[in-house]
Amino acid sequence: MNKEIILSGFGGQGIMSMGKNLAEAGVEEGLEVSWVPSYGPEMRGGTANCTVILSDERIGSPLVEAPSEIIVMNRAALHKFEPEVVPGGTVFVNSSIVPDKVSRKDLKAIYVPCDEIAAELGNGKVANMVMLGAYVGATKALKVETIENMIHEIFTGKKAKLVLLNMEALHRGIECGSCTE
Amino acid sequence: MKREIWKGSEAIAEAAIRAGCRCFCGYPITPQNEIPEYMSAKMPAAGGVFVQSESEVSAINMVYGAAASGIRAMTSSSSPGVSLKQEGISYMVGAELPAVIVNIMRGGPGLGSIQPAQGDYYQATRGGGNGDYRTVTLAPANLQEAVDLMFDAFDIADQYRNPVMILADGLIGQMMEPLVWKEHKPRNLPPKSWAADGRKGRDHNNFITSLLVEAADCEAHNRCLEKKFQEMEDKECRWEEIMTEDAEVLLVAYGTPARIAQTAAEHLRKQGIKAGVFRPITLWPFPARRLREIAEQRSVKVVLDVEMSLGQMLDDVKLAIGECKPVRFYGRVGGSIPTVSEVEKAAAGAYEEVK
Repeated sequence: MNKEIILSGFGGQGIMSMGKNLAEAGVEEGLEVSWVPSYGPEMRGGTANCTVILSDERIGSPLVEAPSEIIVMNRAALHKFEPEVVPGGTVFVNSSIVPDKVSRKDLKAIYVPCDEIAAELGNGKVANMVMLGAYVGATKALKVETIENMIHEIFTGKKAKLVLLNMEALHRGIECGSCTE
Repeated sequence: MKREIWKGSEAIAEAAIRAGCRCFCGYPITPQNEIPEYMSAKMPAAGGVFVQSESEVSAINMVYGAAASGIRAMTSSSSPGVSLKQEGISYMVGAELPAVIVNIMRGGPGLGSIQPAQGDYYQATRGGGNGDYRTVTLAPANLQEAVDLMFDAFDIADQYRNPVMILADGLIGQMMEPLVWKEHKPRNLPPKSWAADGRKGRDHNNFITSLLVEAADCEAHNRCLEKKFQEMEDKECRWEEIMTEDAEVLLVAYGTPARIAQTAAEHLRKQGIKAGVFRPITLWPFPARRLREIAEQRSVKVVLDVEMSLGQMLDDVKLAIGECKPVRFYGRVGGSIPTVSEVEKAAAGAYEEVK
């Protein structure tokens, strides 16, 4: 397996942590992984993107020119990265924020209303967890169980009450990702 | 051993503490702020001292003082900040003080950019301070190597009583990768009987200085340093050879560009061009002899040096290879990172040109 993923959106949308979650889950499953951030000098509101590689083999370049998947959380991200996706690759679109459709015919598009689902669940902050679920549901690159365990590890102590919310977000995302086949 | 995922700068800081570093002095600068941040959180619990100094100049001089007392000390910064430390590094070599200096390089010259670059190769390997001096310069290409080299860096510094530099591009500092904390076998190091750590029953004060006003004394001191530099050259050279046995195109690169070159070499092989990578791990001492041997292989048609600079290591590559094979160069600067396809194209072009 070799997944080369670019995640992109606004600063503050949880792009970096979504990428970290993917990388951490990859390590948990014994894969080679890398995570490379790229953000401008500003943080919140600026553009944020990161590159994650999940692979069975030693990773050479941690940077990616032709990603196998892109996760776009805002409109600018779609326009910037759609042209770079490898033919046959997949575009995950946060359709709550991005009104546009994927224009290339050689790509698979998965539309996930991340912010709407997060709002339904009562907390807008889990939009990225919905998207992570969609990615895992569609690609099966990682086991659902691994992500579930990670959620338990991340949210402990005072934050333990967020476990259930994140689990719901994850599974709503998985539904979105897996029913588009 | 358990694989753990770490961010580069934090892993470097943790490795330093595990290697026995008990004094960190530094002044913040992007893209290495996670090193002082991590040190400020963890160093006190390790029984050490963390100081955020008022400038890079004071940080390096605090390290001078801490090292003089015999404890393991370090500082870290990024390119413009490391420029400010050059005087202190020269003084430490003169005073024969061990310390580790981490440079997470960004674009230059001047304040430049905050993205990854390799424009400080000359400064690190030639010495940006005054006088005849050398510092062993270690260049990690992944986080496992970055943490392993931190242990070695402190050992090498103590063994030769000389500062050691870790020279990494911004990507190494910013990226996350899995690593394992290996058991480090410390070197058999001489006791620090020279340290200014109190009289302790000695009949003399240990006096640490780089000032030798008499020319004859200063020359003798320089000859002693020369002997140490020679020993470092003989014993501390490190490198990695990737697919070089039958290489027709030999790529030479260090740090992140070496990883990009490796992927490019794999792609080139699929296209029928046998490419390999020679990756110096020590930039000084430069593994010139081994590079020359590989370049002399009959298979090698051309050598392509790849850097995130305008061609600084290129001088060492040319000194090593001489006229024996043609040497070409590809570089990106100012915080831009060469892509795999750019390197492939440069390598294929060089190959076509000499074929």
